Amino acid sequence: MTAMTIEIPNRERATSRFRSQRWIPFWLSGPAAIFFLILLGLPLLMTLALSFYTFDYTQGIGETLTVSHYAEVLSDSYFHEIFLRTYAISLVTTLLCVLLGAPEAYILYRMRNPWRSIFLLVTLGPLLISVVVRTLGWVLLIGGNGLLSHAMQALGLAGTRGFSLMYTHTGVVIAMVHVLVPFMVISVWASLRKLDMSTNDAALSLGASPFTALRRVIFPQILPGVLSGSLIVFALTASYFATPSIIGGRRLKVVATSVYDEYLSSMNWPLGATIAVVLLILNVIIVMSYSRWVENRFRRTLGEGGA
Amino acid sequence: MSVDSRRNGRTALVFHTLFVIFLMAPLVVVILVAFTPNGYLSYPTSGFSLRWFRAILDRPDFIEAFYHSLNLGLVAATLATVMSVPAALALARFQFVGRDFLNGLFLSPLMIPHIVLGVAFLGFFSQIGLGGTFASLVFAHVIIVMPYTLRLILAAVMGLDRETERAAVSLGASAFTSFRRITLPQMLPGIAGGWMLAFITSFDELTMTVFVASPSNTTLPVKMYNYIEQTVDPLLASVSTVIIVLTVAFMLVLDRFYGLDRVLSGKG
Repeated sequence: MTAMTIEIPNRERATSRFRSQRWIPFWLSGPAAIFFLILLGLPLLMTLALSFYTFDYTQGIGETLTVSHYAEVLSDSYFHEIFLRTYAISLVTTLLCVLLGAPEAYILYRMRNPWRSIFLLVTLGPLLISVVVRTLGWVLLIGGNGLLSHAMQALGLAGTRGFSLMYTHTGVVIAMVHVLVPFMVISVWASLRKLDMSTNDAALSLGASPFTALRRVIFPQILPGVLSGSLIVFALTASYFATPSIIGGRRLKVVATSVYDEYLSSMNWPLGATIAVVLLILNVIIVMSYSRWVENRFRRTLGEGGA
Repeated sequence: MSVDSRRNGRTALVFHTLFVIFLMAPLVVVILVAFTPNGYLSYPTSGFSLRWFRAILDRPDFIEAFYHSLNLGLVAATLATVMSVPAALALARFQFVGRDFLNGLFLSPLMIPHIVLGVAFLGFFSQIGLGGTFASLVFAHVIIVMPYTLRLILAAVMGLDRETERAAVSLGASAFTSFRRITLPQMLPGIAGGWMLAFITSFDELTMTVFVASPSNTTLPVKMYNYIEQTVDPLLASVSTVIIVLTVAFMLVLDRFYGLDRVLSGKG
């Protein structure tokens, strides 16, 4: 009798221990999973829902559903211009980041310590400094009373009214490149760390010029870093807010600043939500098709190499 | 020849110099303007003055925003780390249903533009009555910094040598003791690196926070952004200079501790 009463709980404990083993990963990741589903999943779903509600400037958000905001964003030339401008700025910024960041990463790679560590810190450090601070620096440099204006006046290149790149595409692109180029350096740096320098020496000893060795031997090896860095820079620029908002102002609206204005100036949340949803979808499409393109490209190159 | 091929030529060094000037110029200009003796934006051509640093002390709103940012960064980074450690152990050491989904879920804030997160949180928190509260800032910031803590802690777990743990258990240590005495100490550099990257990311965040913050619960970047929208004066430069100095100090610690390139390759 006593043996039985002891035996049953024992067996139960054994099975529950077996069960709890299976559930361990769920217990471990559960808090974070619940946190994310509620505080990330719900807000995003609510924003999607909000984009289908009617809006009236006198009565606010209505009760009925509509696709009119999507029709407006997709057909109105005002929004076409904003989206085109945003992606044009992103493209130019990405190209400039490749042209500046990739060579700089390679130069850093060829440096010796302590210079290498020092300049790596100098190059990557700005990533940690607030974007508002970095953009303010550009306002002080390229604004009407800025250093650039004074320099141009001193050289006689600008009239007495001064010279300003504020509220221009050029100004926005310069500041964006400054903010994002460290991402390109870090990305190329990551592939340089896997680089085998002896292949370069081999090319040189076989009679290749340094430039040919760079183009045919080094560049293909850092290409993955350039490609993934480009994706990061492009996707970040396309949705960037602080720099276009401060340098571009209201005259040069981009997607992110127009979302901000719809929400906080016009108070037209459904339309703002629609622009945000379109931006998110476009970003996902771009990231996924780009990754697929890169994958295919590398598979093809590898296939050729094998054959 | 092989040594020579690894050296930078003159063109490379000129390029490098221009690149470093380009990177540093805006920061140097901010610091210079902060020391101007004049009441308007100008370079300190007629002498250095600390008046704009003293002016910060007359702005309790900026000081309060600084403390909000500091608290927010501390709380958000700590919460994200506390959730990331068990989540990283689950993702790294178990095969279970939904593992890939969870991995994608936790890293998804990296893929979603912060402007989209901002409007999503604004709608959500005002709907549930938490709009503009410190709690809502914390929740939103935990979401955006957790990918960083998770990545670095996950990397730390993956790199662990499990033999020592098995040895501890075979010598009679309980699972918990072996975790506390063996596993956790080995994960510490990853945890610390992740926490620091999370803290600085939270401290700097503007785009999303602009939507979640309220006048009574604002952060330093939001405060500065709203100020720039109105006017640009040397006060902004002196506040920025303080931020630059603090960030550089923080960065040196982070670099000593973990290696800046290692931490930041997790940032992209």
